[in-house]
Amino acid sequence: MNTPRRNAPRIVRDIAHARAGDKGNTSNVNVWAYDPADYELLKRALTVERIKQTFPQLIRGKVARYELPHLYGLNFVMQDALEGGVNRSLNLDSHGKSWSYLILGLTLDDAVGEKPQMIE
Amino acid sequence: MRESFRIGTGAGFSADRLEPAVDLVERGRLDAIVLECLGERTVAFAHRDRMADPRRGYNALLDRRMRALLPACRKAGTVMITNMGAANPRAAAERTLAIARELGLAGLKVACIEGDDVSALVPPDQPFMDEPGTLADIDMPVVGMNAYLGADAIAPALEAGADVIIGGRLADPSMFLAPIAHRFGWDAADMPRMGAGTLVGHLMECGMQVTGGYFADPGVKDVPDLAQCGYPIAEVAPDGSAVITKLARTGGCVTPATVKEQLLYEVHDPARYLTPDVTADFSRVQVAPAGPDRVRVSNASGSARPATLKVTVGFDGGFQGEAGVSYAGPAAQQRGQLAADIVRERIAGLNGAADLRVDLIGASSLFASAGLRASDAQDVRLHVTLRSREREDAELMLWEVESLLCCGPAGGGGFRGAIVPCVMTKSVLIPRERVRPALDVQVA
Repeated sequence: MNTPRRNAPRIVRDIAHARAGDKGNTSNVNVWAYDPADYELLKRALTVERIKQTFPQLIRGKVARYELPHLYGLNFVMQDALEGGVNRSLNLDSHGKSWSYLILGLTLDDAVGEKPQMIE
Repeated sequence: MRESFRIGTGAGFSADRLEPAVDLVERGRLDAIVLECLGERTVAFAHRDRMADPRRGYNALLDRRMRALLPACRKAGTVMITNMGAANPRAAAERTLAIARELGLAGLKVACIEGDDVSALVPPDQPFMDEPGTLADIDMPVVGMNAYLGADAIAPALEAGADVIIGGRLADPSMFLAPIAHRFGWDAADMPRMGAGTLVGHLMECGMQVTGGYFADPGVKDVPDLAQCGYPIAEVAPDGSAVITKLARTGGCVTPATVKEQLLYEVHDPARYLTPDVTADFSRVQVAPAGPDRVRVSNASGSARPATLKVTVGFDGGFQGEAGVSYAGPAAQQRGQLAADIVRERIAGLNGAADLRVDLIGASSLFASAGLRASDAQDVRLHVTLRSREREDAELMLWEVESLLCCGPAGGGGFRGAIVPCVMTKSVLIPRERVRPALDVQVA
C-alpha cells in the first residue's frame, strides 16, 4: 500500500481510510488514520457536529462517534441517515455503501461546516 | 498446546464468487468452511420464491456450489456450514443429498437445521425492535419471519458428526463460532471465549472483504491482483486469538488496514455487538501484523448473551421500476436536467408518483441528498426509479422514459428499463426460549 502524499493533505482521504455499513435506516462509517500522527487531526476534522451540519438533508438523526484510540480509528453511527434504509430508499445506493466517501471527501481545513465541492 | 483450528470462508453473500472457494478447499487444509449467503432481504426474497414454488426458496446457486465443493470437501475432510437453506432448509438439504448421491459421495452426512421460521410464534401486533410502531402498522402481506439462530443451534449437528450443515437464518458469526467452540470444547457460558470466536466470525463472514475485497482505492489503497482475490482463512488458537490470512498464489492482501475496516463493518458500539451467542466486546481488540498477508487478532471479549433473538419479518413490497436515457457532449447536463423535469411533469399523474425519484447519474445521484452535484458534466444518464404497489404504474413510468427518445431533449440515447419485485423487512424480538431449533441428519 502506498503512503498517501504527506506534503499537502487536503481531504480526509489523504490521511485515512473508511468503510460504510448499514443496519435499517442507520449508517455506520468506520474511519482509520493511516499514520498514528494524524489521529488527532482526524478527530478534530471529524466531529459529530460537523457531520450533522454538513449533510443536514441526508443525516437527519442522532450521530454518535466511538473512538478506538489504540487502533487510531473512529466509528460514526448515524441514525435516520439512509433515506429510509434499504427497504425504502430510492437512492441507487440504497445501502449507503458510498457514505464512506462522503466522509473521506470532507476537507481538512478549519472551515468547520463548509461543504466539500464535487471534483470534476 | 493443541494445534490451531483452520476455518475458511467460501461465500460472503448470496451471489459471491465460487472458483476461489474451490481453490481454498483444495489447497487450504481446512477443518471447516462457511458459506454465508443470507441477508435480511435475501431471506424475504427466498420466501417469495418458496411461495411461488414449494420446492424452491433456497439459494439459487446451491447446485453449482455443492457440485463444485462437496467432492473437494470430502477429499480434504472439511466440514461445510452454510445458511444457503434460506427460506427452505429442508429442500436445500434434500437437494444436497441428491447431488451427493449423484457424485458418488456415499456416506456423506447432511444435517438440516430448522426452527428459525417463527411466523407462528410472533403476535401480529409485536412492536418493532428499533423504531416506533408494531407489525400491525404495515399494510403489506407478510412473506416470512425468521429468528437468528446461534451457535447453540449448530452445535448438535457438529456433535452428530455432520459433513455438511445447512440451515436457514443461522447468524453469520455463529456459523464460525460453533465449529471453533466445538473443536476447543469451549463452554457456551464462557462469554469472553464466545466473544473471541465471534470476532473471528465477524471478520470472516463477508469473505473477501477482509482479504482486500471492497478495499482498493487506487493510489492510496492499492490491492495486488484483485481480480484473483482469495477468500480468507482464520487460524484460530485454543485461546480464541487468531491469524487472518489467505492462500499463497491468490490475489488480494491481508493487512491491519483490511482487518480494521472489517472489524467495525456494520458495528455500532464496538463494546456491545449483539449476536445470539454473546454481547461481544471488540473495543480493545489488538490487530498486529504477523508476516506477509498474516494479521493476528486478539483481545476480544464478551458478556452475557441477549435474552431475546432478533427476528427478520419480510413483507411483499410491490414493484420497483427503473429506467434511463443518456446524454453526452456539450450541455449534456442541461439536456439531462430538462429530461428530468419533463419526466417529472409527465409522471405526476400516476398513482405511484409519490414514490418517484429522478437522478442525473454523472452530475448528481448517490450524493444528491448530501447536496453534492457537478456543474458541467459532459456524460450523464437520466435515471428514474418508481416504487409502486401495482406493476402497471411501473410499466407506465418505463413507457414515459422511453418516449423521451422522440419527444424529449436532443441527443438522448440508450434507453433501458426493468421492473423487479420488492420486499420490505422489519425487525422484532422474540424471547429465545420460544425458539426451538430442530436437527435432522441424513446420510447420502
